[in-house]
Amino acid sequence: MSVGAHLFILGLTLVSLLFIVRMVRRNQLPSRYAMLWLSIGAVIALLATFPGLLDRVSSALGIAYAPGTFFLGAITLLFLIVVHFSWELSRLDARTRLLAEELAVLRADPPPDRPRIPTPGAQPVEP
Amino acid sequence: MADVVPVDARGYSRTLVILPALNEEAALTGVLKELARDCPELDVLVVDDGSTDGTAAAARAEGVPVAVLPFNLGVGGALQTGFRYAVAHGYDRAIQFDADGQHDPSQVPALLAALDEGADLVIGSRFAAPEEGSEYDVGRVRGGAMGVLRLAVRVLSGRTFSDTSSGFRAFSAPLLDFYAASYPNEYLGDTVEALLLACQAGFTVVEVPVTMRVRAAGTPSTQNLRLAYHYLRALVSLLSRAPIRRRERAMRAANRS
Repeated sequence: MSVGAHLFILGLTLVSLLFIVRMVRRNQLPSRYAMLWLSIGAVIALLATFPGLLDRVSSALGIAYAPGTFFLGAITLLFLIVVHFSWELSRLDARTRLLAEELAVLRADPPPDRPRIPTPGAQPVEP
Repeated sequence: MADVVPVDARGYSRTLVILPALNEEAALTGVLKELARDCPELDVLVVDDGSTDGTAAAARAEGVPVAVLPFNLGVGGALQTGFRYAVAHGYDRAIQFDADGQHDPSQVPALLAALDEGADLVIGSRFAAPEEGSEYDVGRVRGGAMGVLRLAVRVLSGRTFSDTSSGFRAFSAPLLDFYAASYPNEYLGDTVEALLLACQAGFTVVEVPVTMRVRAAGTPSTQNLRLAYHYLRALVSLLSRAPIRRRERAMRAANRS
């Protein structure tokens, strides 16, 4: 890859990192996700800065086509992140439902406070 | 049915009739009047599942308590809301009843009688007594899909149920506690999966023959294409529970020896 392409990727990565830092500073992104994306950004920046790094890692892993290493890592990571988000979405959904149900029960009209059928010996309850 | 005790010593209702209702303004008033006439000893709760019409107002006009959900949760969520209300207010039993008029209030005592005989979950079955109640026609496609689900339930629970998708049910106090904590909330989950969960947790499940009417008003909750998806989803969901069941069976066997 040309030096220009590497500089372009490096620049893009740095802008993305700044964007993530800005989201954290505005309390829009919890730090656990910031950590995730910052580490990913750091790895990409590292690969862009040292062009030979990906080739060396690839040959160490026995992968002939160096970009393949990158795509393998990226797809694996993104897959895991999406699965994690599915899990987290399901959990949020369950919690939201429970809150809605509890809200409905708390706001609901009380049961009628009167005997449904006057049975012999039943004590009338004064309100 | 003579030993059905609908009220406690003070004359208060032990039983809550839960009506999950989504935009049932048109049918609800008639259903509530009928319930009050046929089952005056029972308390009723309408769970308004995010209706955009006057469902809640129609219920309040009949003097019936309403629990209004802030947004639509589906039958499962509305039912679980009813279960939580029943547990919070100390009811011993609950009935699930349709707000659209397809259930007959005069058959409620039959369900309660089965509870008093020791059942935890009583299902009002449209098909339990073919010679009497066979008039209810669900159509060929839907009937076939229901058959597949019935087979899956038979394999997983080791029992045969004639009507796994009936929404006319009665629940004992222990089952109310169980369902109040967790209840399947997707379409068909509220019927088939809930039934299977009760079986797996060791609750006594029985069927009682009932007859159902054609809907008084309102629209069926789901149309054909979505129905196919939901039957498939329910099947996958049921089958994914299978290993758990096997583990429980092994544990039970271990406990016995």
